[in-house]
Order: sequence, then structure tokens, then C-alpha cells
Amino acid sequence: MSGYIFPILFGIVTGTIARILLLRTDYRQYPTYLHGKIIHLSLGFIAASLGALAVPALLEKEFTAVTLLTVAATQFRDVRNMERNTLTEMDSFELVTRGKTYIEGIAISFESRNYLVMFTGFLTSLTYIIWNVFIAIIIAIICFILGHILMSGSILEDIAEINRADISFDGAGLHVDNIYIMNIGLAERQKEIMKYGMGFIVTPKNMNAITTIGNLGQRQAIIHDVSVALGVFRDSGTPALMPLIKRDLDDGRLGVFVLPQIRDAAVAKKVIGSVPVLENAVRMPSETNAYKKGAHKK
Amino acid sequence: MNIEKAILAVITTNREKIAGGAPIFLCETKQELELIAANLEAIMDGIAHALSEELFIIVKH
Repeated sequence: MSGYIFPILFGIVTGTIARILLLRTDYRQYPTYLHGKIIHLSLGFIAASLGALAVPALLEKEFTAVTLLTVAATQFRDVRNMERNTLTEMDSFELVTRGKTYIEGIAISFESRNYLVMFTGFLTSLTYIIWNVFIAIIIAIICFILGHILMSGSILEDIAEINRADISFDGAGLHVDNIYIMNIGLAERQKEIMKYGMGFIVTPKNMNAITTIGNLGQRQAIIHDVSVALGVFRDSGTPALMPLIKRDLDDGRLGVFVLPQIRDAAVAKKVIGSVPVLENAVRMPSETNAYKKGAHKK
Repeated sequence: MNIEKAILAVITTNREKIAGGAPIFLCETKQELELIAANLEAIMDGIAHALSEELFIIVKH
């Protein structure tokens, strides 16, 4: 049994390192501080241990030990719940909310990262036992790279084009380019908005992107990210100063109206471009059978 | 059913255009109208929307 000590330790260490690497590449501004990080590192450590322990258990013909993995699955589903609950609670205190879709996306990624860590622990300890430590190291590196690829989803820039646009008032109606945003009655507010507001047009690159960026959660994510990165000119009790995104019904373009504190159009454009495409917002109408059959006929 | 939006107040300079419903604030001038709308907006945490030059509403979103 003691022969398994090193493979298990190796699996735990590589799994934990994988978690650290995944934690560092987080673009979601969460967790931002030490305590949150410690929670996730500890859970990563547990996940890695479970993965690494499974191999010796199987080799010793302790097949029931695999049921431990189901405990792990339950455990990590709880991670997802925990993240969802915390973030939802916190969301009501944000000046610009994240939105449910964004939160769900973060929660899902935290759960799935733990599984990746578990697989890393499993594979490295397996290869260590079957072959040797060097092959296990190679497998670990492959796992790190794979984890990195799997966890970095696409960004808005990939599916849409972002351009600066003018904001204007037509009477009391605020417009970004030709897209109506909202009705602002007071001249004073209108002045503030003309001074601090910035407009962008997000043009979808294809049919799938039209539906994806039309998703309300995806739109909220854009506003949230811009507000986090550039600050927001707003306070509680000033609902008129609300960054908003509205859609052009004709072609699915989005009119993005934001009130950044740092009024740098180039940075804002970059921030919008690097907003993650939310997993739950992605729609693929072009993949439905109706379209596929139509395409075959042509 | 939850009512998500509601007209909290109506502010106008034209007495003939309005009747009943929400609290109504009658004003003499456009300036007074803007002032009252701005104050109400701040007090009610709503948004002052202009329906026309002489008719404003405060809406809770």
C-alpha cells in the first residue's frame, strides 16, 4: 500500500496546481480576494485527492471505493449552489448588477473546474503507477494545457463587431446611433448624459450571434463588465443614470449605452470586446435540422 | 401579479390635459415643472419621463 503514497501525492499536487492555474486565469473578477481563493484552493485540493485516490483503490480491487466519486459529484454540485447563492445575494448591492445568466455561468465554471482538477489528479496518479514519474509529469502538463483551453470560452469580439457610436436626444428620447434607448425627461439629466454617456454599436457577425447577443443576460454581462472596468457614473436613487442596452429589431444590432467614469473609448471598446460569451446565452439556430436540411438541398 | 412599473406622479402645466389616477402636480411654468420633476425624481427613486413639453410623469421601474 505504501507504494502508492508517491503517486497519490503526485496526483494531489498536480491537481492542486491545476486549480491554482485555473484560478489565476479568471476574467470574471471573482473571487477577488484571499478568502474566496482559499475556499476554492481547498476544494481543489479535495478534488485532486479524490481523483488521485481512486486509482490505487481500483488497483487494489476495492471497487466500491469508486462510489466515493459520487460523493465528490454531490460535493461539487454544492459548490455550484454556494457560488450561485453568494453571488445572487451580493448582486442586489452592485451598482450595476451581474445578472442571473452571468452568475449561473460563473457557478457552472466553478463546478466544472473541480472536475477538471479531479481528472488531472486521476490521470497523473494513474500514469505514475502504470509507467513512471516522467510520463506522469508529461500528462500533468498536457492536463494543464487542456484545462486552460477548455476553460477559456469565446469572447464577444469573436462573434460581433464593436464600433463607437454617437448618442443623441430626439426630444426626450435617448438614442445610440438610431437605436432608441430610453426617455429622459429632465434637461439637467440630459446634459449629464450627453456629458458622461458613451455609445457603442455591437453588430453580430452571423445568425447565431444575433440570438446570442440578444439574450438579456448576455447584455447585462456587457454592461456589468464595462461598469466594473471603467467605473460607472451613477448612485442608488438615480435610476435615470442607468447603463442600458437595447436592440435594433430590424437587424439584431445592439445599441450599448454606458456611463463610464473613465471616459476612454478605446479601452471601453476593448472591454466590451472581451466580455465572455455566456454559455447559457449561446444559441445555435443554424444547427437545427430545418436549416441543415435546407442547406443540403442547395 | 406584481406590477413592475407604475406612474407615481404626473406633473403638468396644462390643466386640461389631465384627470384622476396618479397624484397630479400642477405648475405654472416650464421651469417650475422641471424643478418639481427633478425633486420628485430624487425623492421617489423614479425616472422623470417627458411625454410632451408640458406633461411629465415619474415612473418607478
